[in-house]
Amino acid sequence: MLRVDVEKKLGEFSLSASFTSEGRVIGLFGASGAGKSSLVNMIAGLLRPDRGTIVIDGETVDDTAAGLHVPTWRRRIGYVFQDARLFPHLSVAQNLDYGRRMNGLAPDHAQHKRIIDLLDIGALQDRRPGKLSGGERQRVALGRALLSRPRLLLLDEPLGALDEGRKLEILPYLMRLRDEANVPMVYVSHDVAELRQLATQIVMLKQGRVTSFGGVKVLT
Amino acid sequence: MLDISPAEWTAILLSLRVAVIATLVATPFGIALAWLLARRDFWGKSFLDAVVHLPLVLPPVVTGYLLLLTFGRKGLVGGFLADYLGIVFSFRWTGAALACGVMAFPLLVRPMRLSIEAIDRRLEQAAETLGAAPWKVFFTVTLPLALPGVLAGMVLGFAKAIGEFGATITFVSNIPGETQTISSAIYSLIQTPDGDAAAGRLVVVSIVLAIGALIAAEWFARRATARLHGN
Repeated sequence: MLRVDVEKKLGEFSLSASFTSEGRVIGLFGASGAGKSSLVNMIAGLLRPDRGTIVIDGETVDDTAAGLHVPTWRRRIGYVFQDARLFPHLSVAQNLDYGRRMNGLAPDHAQHKRIIDLLDIGALQDRRPGKLSGGERQRVALGRALLSRPRLLLLDEPLGALDEGRKLEILPYLMRLRDEANVPMVYVSHDVAELRQLATQIVMLKQGRVTSFGGVKVLT
Repeated sequence: MLDISPAEWTAILLSLRVAVIATLVATPFGIALAWLLARRDFWGKSFLDAVVHLPLVLPPVVTGYLLLLTFGRKGLVGGFLADYLGIVFSFRWTGAALACGVMAFPLLVRPMRLSIEAIDRRLEQAAETLGAAPWKVFFTVTLPLALPGVLAGMVLGFAKAIGEFGATITFVSNIPGETQTISSAIYSLIQTPDGDAAAGRLVVVSIVLAIGALIAAEWFARRATARLHGN
């Protein structure tokens, strides 16, 4: 469950969004500049709201009235960025294991294997991120986020940097994730077709305001 | 081969010891300062930056004299350290290490700072989203990515420290076996009749050490680029 009710001023731009969602995949839809990334960064704790509250899975992580701001590293979220952001000095295997190590979690070989198989990244383990294709990099980034065992997965246009062919290569993995990984997701995109396939609920953002909220049919 | 006399060996080994200790002690301070200058904005930042660079632009004899005033037996800090902690700098090799460390510090900090500035901060954000506390982000992402720059700074600092002359001789004089480094030994030898051959041998040693340091620094810089591109 995710509850967001925030206001934020960023220069000339002002963002004011409020929604509650129980959906498995919340699609955050809007043109570029609508405030999607700012909103996701607030959920991640990378950006602090001027006013409002954010509740993830029953835990209040932001409450400006109470002066509460849980730092990003304590939010137990996963974040897949458009540009993957794999650590260049670590191998793929070390990248995948990073979140587990940082959180001091015991190894869970069954889960590890399940996610590696789900994303088909077993053969990439010994490589360096610099030697991966764009699609491979994004799959490893997905695996890295999931293996930190988050309670909410944020995906900020994870297909945005890929060409059409690569998008079609990744999309099935995302659908499998949705159906099998059991982690609620916030999926940011400006692509209607993508969201139709993936999202179970849509939050439509226009110039920093929520204009519609509901099932996938609001996209029409 | 060079026929190096025991006295010359003493100077060479002392130089190495002084430069190694100066570099090792200066490195953690250098990393901390480089990080501070690269990442934080605070009141007095430009002043701090200027103070760090001062030994680079001041006449070395001035730096040495200031060290003598501060860390000498009768100096404010030196007196305290000698009376309460038993640490004496004046006319000791430790004083030479202090002088070399101070003189080398700006050169040591600069590559460290540049390499920290070059790191993509979004990688640190990614580490945070994966549950890494700020100090863990520093040790698992920032420092490893800056490592080639840190090593390059250490090499440059070492090269500067091993060649330092003006501040060292002003602060701790030129005592064979205690504070006489390669540089001050060469200085003494060329003022001595028939010292030319010995001075020449030490000159060759200095050149070899300096070139070695430059090659090492270059190699670390190349590693840095490869590392940031993930190869």
